[in-house]
Amino acid sequence: MKIILFLSDFLIPLVVFYIILYGIFYKVAIYDSFVKGVKEGFHIVVGIAPTLVGLMAGVAAIRYSGFLEGLAKLLSPLGSLLQIPAPILPVIIVRLFSASAANSLVLDLFREYGTDSLIGLMTSLIMSCTETLFYTLSVYYMSIKVTKTRWTIPGALFSMAAGIGASVVLAYVMAG
Amino acid sequence: MLNYLWGAMLIIGIVYAAFSGNLGAMGDGLLDASKEAIDLCVVMLGVVGFWNGLMEIAKDAGLIDKLTKAIKPILRFLFPGVPEGDPVQEDIATNMIANMLGLGWAATPSGLKAMQGLERLKQLGGAYGADAASNDMCMFLIINISSLQLIPMNMIAYRSQYGSVSSTVIVGPALIATGVSTLAAVLFGLARQRLYSDSGG
Repeated sequence: MKIILFLSDFLIPLVVFYIILYGIFYKVAIYDSFVKGVKEGFHIVVGIAPTLVGLMAGVAAIRYSGFLEGLAKLLSPLGSLLQIPAPILPVIIVRLFSASAANSLVLDLFREYGTDSLIGLMTSLIMSCTETLFYTLSVYYMSIKVTKTRWTIPGALFSMAAGIGASVVLAYVMAG
Repeated sequence: MLNYLWGAMLIIGIVYAAFSGNLGAMGDGLLDASKEAIDLCVVMLGVVGFWNGLMEIAKDAGLIDKLTKAIKPILRFLFPGVPEGDPVQEDIATNMIANMLGLGWAATPSGLKAMQGLERLKQLGGAYGADAASNDMCMFLIINISSLQLIPMNMIAYRSQYGSVSSTVIVGPALIATGVSTLAAVLFGLARQRLYSDSGG
């Protein structure tokens, strides 16, 4: 675990260092490129802002009503079976359909339990190693009019389960 | 999909609140949430902007092209139905590298092109029905869905916005978890390819 956390400290600085050095070596106007890229990044964030406004309001609705709490209570036997705290289960389900809706739920968990709690760490990891299964599937297959997806869904669910399993174990170790 | 999901969230929330007596907090809650979304975007402007700027340097220096070339040999092994030198290799590689580096906007166009290329190869081979996915398509998508992103920049931004003591502490463990899910996808795919080589099913 120490090596893994060491990786956490060093990976980002290392990537920055490597890319800057690589850029200098190949005589790129690094600062100009950087600023141009930041501008593009702004466009991306501005592009997702409206979605985020809508979905965070949607999450607020199911949260302030007490629905989310009720759902978590309902799912808690499943949670204790899988060693996953019940409030995380709705995130996993929503994650299959919409990344931004799942993100909004995660932010709600961060606010409620803190980012560095077991729940905070576990959701961070789960979100980092999963993708929006059904959304991706439908966008890609619809583009070529394929409807028989054969082993795509079982395979994707299998890989998602493996990632979640790893996240659960790692989060327990991290939280001590 | 979001039209239903979003609508359901609001309707369920408000109806549930009416029955559980939580309607009083709802109005403020909704408005606060929309404000919070914009606060979060301000933090994300910084983090996402920084990462994207860095990736622009990598692109201009030819690093991303080099990485794309570097993973091509693996593609022969993962996609036995794609002949060496077929242009679809380029699209698959571009999609995978863009996903690994967290460049979602660059990943989708190349991903869709890759699917079209795989569709062309499928029709050429003639082993599958018109509406069925080929083995290579299944493999491509389960790897794609297994999450390839090496550094979860968005999650780091969210964590820092919500007061994490160390927002980057998840980088190492997330890399391991992503590795596990991708490995599981590859193993599953290889097993399926071997079991049901191009006969469909």
